[in-house]
Amino acid sequence: MTWQDTDVPALRRRAERRHKMGRFGTYTIAIVFAFLAAFPFSWALISMFKQSNDLYVKDNNPFWFNEPPTLEHLRLLFVDTNYLTFIRNTLVVGLAVTLITLALALPVAYALARLRLRWGERMGIAIFLVYLIPPTLLFIPMTRVINYLGLQESLWALILVYPTITIPISAWLLMGFFKGIPMDLEEQAMVDGHSRIGAIGRVVLPLMFPGIIAVIVFAFTLSAHEFIYALAFNKSSAVKTIATGVPTELVRGDVFFWQSLQAAVILIAVPIALVFNAFLDRFITGFTMGAVKG
Amino acid sequence: MTAANAAGKRYLSDNPRFLAAVFMSPAVIYIIALVGFPFVLAIIYSFTDISTGNPELNFVGFETFRRVLADPVFREALWNTFLFAVIANLLVVVLATALAEVLIKDFKGKWLVRFLVLLPWVAPVSLATITWLWTLDSIFSPIDWVLRELGLITENMYWLGRPGSAMGSVIAVQVWRIVPLAAVIVMAGLIAIPSEINDAVAVDGAGSWRKRFQVTIPLLAPIIAVAVLFGVILTISDMSVVYVLTRGGPTNSTQVLSTWAFIKGIEGGALGQGAAVALFLLPVLIGITAVVLRLARRREVL
Repeated sequence: MTWQDTDVPALRRRAERRHKMGRFGTYTIAIVFAFLAAFPFSWALISMFKQSNDLYVKDNNPFWFNEPPTLEHLRLLFVDTNYLTFIRNTLVVGLAVTLITLALALPVAYALARLRLRWGERMGIAIFLVYLIPPTLLFIPMTRVINYLGLQESLWALILVYPTITIPISAWLLMGFFKGIPMDLEEQAMVDGHSRIGAIGRVVLPLMFPGIIAVIVFAFTLSAHEFIYALAFNKSSAVKTIATGVPTELVRGDVFFWQSLQAAVILIAVPIALVFNAFLDRFITGFTMGAVKG
Repeated sequence: MTAANAAGKRYLSDNPRFLAAVFMSPAVIYIIALVGFPFVLAIIYSFTDISTGNPELNFVGFETFRRVLADPVFREALWNTFLFAVIANLLVVVLATALAEVLIKDFKGKWLVRFLVLLPWVAPVSLATITWLWTLDSIFSPIDWVLRELGLITENMYWLGRPGSAMGSVIAVQVWRIVPLAAVIVMAGLIAIPSEINDAVAVDGAGSWRKRFQVTIPLLAPIIAVAVLFGVILTISDMSVVYVLTRGGPTNSTQVLSTWAFIKGIEGGALGQGAAVALFLLPVLIGITAVVLRLARRREVL
């Protein structure tokens, strides 16, 4: 049966019904996914304000404040633990990693995207392949290298090693952004008497702002996420990042400080999620530029 | 040819070959020193009996591998790594495709849905896993509370205390945290499908299910492959989920290669054996590399 055979009002009714069903389905699926994704976080959000004599009663409703909520555990987190140190360490590492990554990945991405090198394409793929070598494969010899350099138990260990993860993926992302900037702009600046370096600095780099933002977000996220190197290199709490500090330091023996622990997670996860949500469309565009168009 | 030539080579830096060498060598040297060198070292270590107590490189041939393979815990870890990766990524593909189709539509409250759905991915893995450790607590788990209230159970489930449910929990948490990333990748693919194709399908009168299986999914296949690629790397190489949730327990039933390499190599100090355990990831990674290279040759994806 083709659409010519059907009378038009019936077809329209069917289309409307399908449309309504579609909207209903969209909302149902969206709500189910949102619920499942957020469930442990919402439970964490409630737990962090609960009094211990409410939280640790097995048959109390876990989703309700059976006793008045308290900020005591939040205070404890900031006063009695090294949480602020972990955050500071994470930011310091993130900043240093961002600078190293930009300094090394921007030139590579430019060269591969712009200089029409004969082996440029192969080099681009090789850089992407480096990203496929996970820290799991390298952390044992890397620990020896870090010890040999005398960098164990310091933030320098992480600052030195994290760019090995950020440079490949950033170079790959930035290549996409460079390809999105018309070559004519740069050539015009060179005709106007600038050197190539001058043209890059004056004309190209300002237009790379979105790509640079992407790298900054990526480097800071990695510094907050990375677990295996941070756990292997640094064991004293003064040089832990949030990824290793929170799960290991807010536990005394077998006793978990659950409320403070959950507060520590919420205070990190929500801001990062807000930043990512704001940049999501740009990331998708960047990914599409780098990946799909090639 | 280009303006660069027209303007003449007034600066050394205008020479593309010179510029390429200057621009590429710092990063290439960095990567060779801190990825290439440790990689070679990892292979060398696995043929020695190096340990933190005795950091000499004594070559012992395949002895280290023999000892690693003789350990039943290692075989358990190898099997679990495989099992977790396969089950988790099958679920990820199905769920991420469904989620991506919803997220590219316009609807009220989309901003909030996107924010909530992204949480598992953007929160640091070890911290996100901590929320699950609490959610699956042996005594105070809210899931158990709901099940008790509904009268479905009388005793708690001890999710992380029994081998079967501990494995299920590890897989579920991996799926939970990877689905958002995979959905974002698939979204990029859905957006890239030209609207003329969708229009043509609509004119032909194909229903939404037929459209999904005969048009959308075949067009999406390459990008879904990219999502699976990331998913497999994340599941086989990640150790934070298992380390934080179960530390490989109960009785090594959730042990995977990454946690076993860490426990042997760093916590146990047997660097050679730890390196050898981690090297078993290499065949999978080489396989993935081959897929990437194939996709790269087809150009429309990479």
